[in-house]
Amino acid sequence: MIEGILVDGLIFAVMAMGVFITFRVLNFPDLTVDGSFATGAAVATMCITNGLGIFPGLLLAFASGAAAGAVTAIIHNRLKVPNLLAGILTMTMLYSINIRILGGRANVALLRVDTIISNVIKLGGSIPREWTLLIFMILFTGTIKVLLDVFFHTDLGVTLGAMGDNEQMVISQGVNPKTMKVLGVGLSNGLVALSGAMLAQYQGFADANLGIGMVVQGLAAVMLGEFLFRSNKIGMLTVQVILGAILYKALMFLGRYYGYYINLTPSDLKLLTGILVIISLSIAKTRNTVGSKKWGIK
Amino acid sequence: MIDISNISKTFNLGTVNENTAIRDISLNVRKGDFITIVGSNGAGKTTLLNLITGSILPSTGTIKILGKDVTRSPEYKRAAYIGRIFQNPTLGTSGKLSLEDNMNICSKKGFKGLKISLNAKQRDLFKKELVALEMGLEDRLKDNVGLLSGGQRQALTLLMTVLSRPALLLLDEHTAALDPRNAEIVLGLTQRFIDDYKLTSMMITHNMKHAIEFGNRLLMMDRGEIILDVSGDEKRTLTVEKLVNKFHEIRQTEYVTDEALLTL
Repeated sequence: MIEGILVDGLIFAVMAMGVFITFRVLNFPDLTVDGSFATGAAVATMCITNGLGIFPGLLLAFASGAAAGAVTAIIHNRLKVPNLLAGILTMTMLYSINIRILGGRANVALLRVDTIISNVIKLGGSIPREWTLLIFMILFTGTIKVLLDVFFHTDLGVTLGAMGDNEQMVISQGVNPKTMKVLGVGLSNGLVALSGAMLAQYQGFADANLGIGMVVQGLAAVMLGEFLFRSNKIGMLTVQVILGAILYKALMFLGRYYGYYINLTPSDLKLLTGILVIISLSIAKTRNTVGSKKWGIK
Repeated sequence: MIDISNISKTFNLGTVNENTAIRDISLNVRKGDFITIVGSNGAGKTTLLNLITGSILPSTGTIKILGKDVTRSPEYKRAAYIGRIFQNPTLGTSGKLSLEDNMNICSKKGFKGLKISLNAKQRDLFKKELVALEMGLEDRLKDNVGLLSGGQRQALTLLMTVLSRPALLLLDEHTAALDPRNAEIVLGLTQRFIDDYKLTSMMITHNMKHAIEFGNRLLMMDRGEIILDVSGDEKRTLTVEKLVNKFHEIRQTEYVTDEALLTL
């Protein structure tokens, strides 16, 4: 049971890191995620069922997500529309595109084909299925976390970090803020799509509706993580996101498992997620006001 | 070095709110000039700087930097030649990032690649530069800039801006938001950096004493025009009284409010 939650949480954490990049680093609330998550799942599933291979499938999933994110940033840059609207536009268009990718169907199963998950289980031999997967997902999500940490230590990554806080400073340093947005939102959605690709293989199917409510769920994970401890180091911030993602999945598991005592059904979980975000926001707000009174700043 | 010819800027052209902020200004900034700019509110001082940096584009006229026509080029491209410091100390640095990350971003202009240039050698260099500020910042490389005071932040911005040795340094009332003591410190640093690195600079100030004391050339602006341009001996012997008299002479007005606007 606990292994299941952890595996679920670690797959989800990759998506949450994407949401963290847009919402926290870039300060670009991006709703493309709801579409690009399913895009990643669809692309990987079709690559695998059509015999293109698992790794090309994962790579293409990342690339298609990154392209979707870039489209959102370009709409925002060129047409000067708010980032929220740009994200909604891409997300809506992606719904149709995702069904196209899935060959005109809303749902494609990954039956009787090798996936990254089935391969890993085979590799594990006599180790119980869920534990093999857990070890694999720790390695997978851990690698992405480390790569991301290294990226945010490069000159480009640090500048991306400054973008969300002070766009004027980035411009003053001779960097085109538009390029930075395309790169940042692209990277974020690449991760989201990769997470979708992993989930499709884990659950054995891709669905055009897979991404509904993903942004809010990712945000809930990011905010839960922020309550755990405070830090300004990127390495610790990504740890926060991963722990937050696992914590979120655990809470949702509890909601599903014990919720029926109070008459909760799985369809109520999105409502619970929304309430969780609202509670997190209000706690963060009170914390800030209390803090500012103490330090005498607005 | 900077050639501004016949630029004008009209906001909200063709509407009831039409407002000409800059009227047909021509200005030639020579290499090594340290120009101070005075003028009342709404005279067009900041608009002039905005036109030079490219954060707004002129309605008419051309701007050349180092012989290159940059009239239509975007702000981030011109930033390669220009270092600008704003009145608001938070605009020059990122409060969310550590001091060393901030300095790293500013040590080189232009697009950043996937290189990790922040290493021990770079840190030593930053520390050495920070010692010059005499604020103890050299021991706080890992601290977030958001923790610094306004004065410290503006001094840091100044240091970071001169780190890339810009061809032109623009100072937009960069000490106006600071308390008098910190303002003096930052102004002192400004003079030192300009002398040490022989920077060409333009400084807007509301303080007439500073305008006279600093720099080798003084511009006075009023209603979108440069009404006075003094340099050389004339600048050296200038006093606040002479300046106010000149203003009245040129504008042939004796409003009491003018003196109030040109704060002493």
